[in-house]
Amino acid sequence: MERMTKFLAWLSAGILLLILVLMVQDIFVNSLRHFDFSFLSQDPLSGGRKGGIFPIIISTLLILGVCMIVIVPMGLGTALFLSEYSDEHPKVVHIVRKALEILSGVPSIVFGLFGNALFCVFLGFGFSIWSGGLTLAIMSMPLFIRTVEEGIRTIPKNYRLVPLSLGLGRTTTIRSIIIPYALPFVIVGGVLSIGRSLAETAALIFTSGYVDRMPESLSDSGRALSIHIYDLTMNVPGGDTNAYKTAMVLIVLIFITNGLFTIVLKTWYKKRIIL
Amino acid sequence: MYQLTKKNKDFILESVLTINGLFSAIAVGLIFIFVTRESLPAIHLKGWAFFIDKSWYPLEGQFNVLPMIAGTIFVSLGALILASPLGLFSAIFISFYAHGSLAWPFRRVVELYAGLPSVIFGFWGLMKLVPMLNEIRPPGQSLLAGILILALMIFPIITLNLMANFRPSSKKYYRVALSLGMRKSTYIWSILLPSLKQQIVGAMILALGRAMGETMAVLMVCGNIVKMPTSIFDPIRTLTANIALEMAYAMNEHRSALFFTGLILFLLIFVLISVADFWRRHESWKE
Amino acid sequence: MNQNKYPWVKELGCKPCCELKPKIKIKNLSLSYGKRQIFEDINLEINTGCVTGIIGPSACGKSSFISCLNRMIEVVPSAKVSGDVLIDGKSIFDSRLDLNELRKKVGIVFQEPTPLPLSIESNIILPLKEHKFDHISERVEKALRDVGLWNEVKNILKEPANYLSGGQKQRLCMARTIALGPEIILMDEPCSSLDPISTDVVEKLIHDLKGKYTIIIITHNLAQARRVCDFVATFWYDGEKEIGQIIEFGRCIDIFENPKNKIVQDYVGGLKG
Repeated sequence: MERMTKFLAWLSAGILLLILVLMVQDIFVNSLRHFDFSFLSQDPLSGGRKGGIFPIIISTLLILGVCMIVIVPMGLGTALFLSEYSDEHPKVVHIVRKALEILSGVPSIVFGLFGNALFCVFLGFGFSIWSGGLTLAIMSMPLFIRTVEEGIRTIPKNYRLVPLSLGLGRTTTIRSIIIPYALPFVIVGGVLSIGRSLAETAALIFTSGYVDRMPESLSDSGRALSIHIYDLTMNVPGGDTNAYKTAMVLIVLIFITNGLFTIVLKTWYKKRIIL
Repeated sequence: MYQLTKKNKDFILESVLTINGLFSAIAVGLIFIFVTRESLPAIHLKGWAFFIDKSWYPLEGQFNVLPMIAGTIFVSLGALILASPLGLFSAIFISFYAHGSLAWPFRRVVELYAGLPSVIFGFWGLMKLVPMLNEIRPPGQSLLAGILILALMIFPIITLNLMANFRPSSKKYYRVALSLGMRKSTYIWSILLPSLKQQIVGAMILALGRAMGETMAVLMVCGNIVKMPTSIFDPIRTLTANIALEMAYAMNEHRSALFFTGLILFLLIFVLISVADFWRRHESWKE
Repeated sequence: MNQNKYPWVKELGCKPCCELKPKIKIKNLSLSYGKRQIFEDINLEINTGCVTGIIGPSACGKSSFISCLNRMIEVVPSAKVSGDVLIDGKSIFDSRLDLNELRKKVGIVFQEPTPLPLSIESNIILPLKEHKFDHISERVEKALRDVGLWNEVKNILKEPANYLSGGQKQRLCMARTIALGPEIILMDEPCSSLDPISTDVVEKLIHDLKGKYTIIIITHNLAQARRVCDFVATFWYDGEKEIGQIIEFGRCIDIFENPKNKIVQDYVGGLKG
């Protein structure tokens, strides 16, 4: 039994590591063979078979930007509400928690349908960066809120008692003590949400759209990196090489956000130990 | 006056935060309302036809969704069957068998799996896995390909969930078990895992939910042919893939039918979450 | 006892009280957490400007008792208070009373030194601003001088308060409380996490504050109670009734030299507790 368990544990770990290495290696080897940094600065040509992905990177960043602008204030506000007002409004807090739980389970394609129906059609934004960013914001909200709220909950009990004992009002306590304390978690949550949003495809197909030109404004359609990969592999015969390169760019971006996450977490821990 | 202004300030903050908090609940409501609203025409027009039509020929007004529901269920259950042992044993590996310096990097590997975009999984599956399966039995794009890729995508949910649960129970019992001269495996199989039955089921339900909602990877590797599969080498089309494929050109009744499949998905996930929630509450009640 | 080190200890016991006029009247005060009764029917009068010590073993309700006096007890959702506390004849449980004003008037210093995660001066400025004080920088300086911290921190006012040592932190917390101009200061074992030297500084400070403020101090350290208090109340846990109660209250010198209660005799004599 002991040997069996040990064997299976090592086996599954080995398989998983092997597949990850194969996958990343395949993508890197196949794209580095033809990679050239002009790929990042050129416009796509003939449906993406030739040329680069410059407008696609810009569209992706714009979509992320819209998403973050919405998510940071609203997510922080909700996290504060959940952690600070659970005594006064237990029912509302309960409802919000349930809603977040459901929201985090809703499939991304359903977010895509919803975003299409609400933002593109009902509100008349059409296929646009606005629609895509707002849809992504709703989708990544639960992850962001959970990260920030868990952070706020680590606040020492004394930091709550002292302001009360000094007769500080709620607003002052939240503004001067809770929010500064929560800031590192806002950064961590933001980085996590960026990672989640970068990885998203299905929610964007029918909201931010397919257009691979440089968007002129936020009301223009813009193609995200993940959609570009999908389109090149499924709809553009002969797009494989550029699909590989785009996949590598996307993976590198994901690695960077992952690394950022670790760095933020570590520097923050160091700081907290001194404080 | 001073008292009044102070109270006002606090009151404003409280209202703003409450309304802001309610936004998430409103979002869930809006999702439900909009997806339902858009699918009403189809429900009205077709009703039970969704389950008794000849097949899915949207341009001819035939909307049988059963093959796709079956596709979704087969592919996600298959993925769950593969992912459960993978998740369980990798969690056991990290928590008990990886020596100190190995545990952390391997944990990062699992987290990386969780963070990789589904389109990357689909892309790699299409480029490498599908040709391999094609050599065994054409066409390669198949239920099996979907199961394999999905299993890789959902096992981290099980691993990370279990690891989070291993830690507190291990703190309590592991030393005792070792001090009694138990072997690690005895401890794992006869003390730890039985005490975590509920959490394991909960994690599996979450993973199943994720698998059912997954779109891009299955869309890219499953072949997307609307047919009841007869073997795991048959191509299938899932509900999610169907939406992604046809939304671009769907009009009127067809578009509405796609929203209806979205609604089915939404409700399926809703039920799953409620069940997972029930399991968890059942467990906390026991304690 | 060393007369030079503790110049305020003029005789065995304590300096006579400053003013025998009750500041706080506690009437039939009872407290329970859910079904558990903590203490019942406490009646006590705290004299203006005096240092009143509360001694007794752990877990007999001392901390809960003093946190009733500025209603900090309401932080515990299950806490239920009955009876009344009058400060200058006015009930603190009056529904028209502004809780924040009460807490400004009745300051508290916790057992753990708890500066907020702000800079040293912001720790004092934040509550001052909240209560709309003017001449803030003068008040900060005065408060820091009052606790003898000014010379140590005047050049590092913008540094995080958590860089200070334990004793400095505790004095900063006292400065923060004093800056608001309270009438009453509650101290919950302010020295229990400090080293002897810091303890000495804090005790000296308490002596300086005497007369200006009415002070209530919980302490486990009987010698300390003897050094700093004018009056002493002894809390004891009644094992039979399972509640805490005050078994003797009186002048410090009486409690230590001539206790009437047998338990108190044993406790101050070191036989019990």
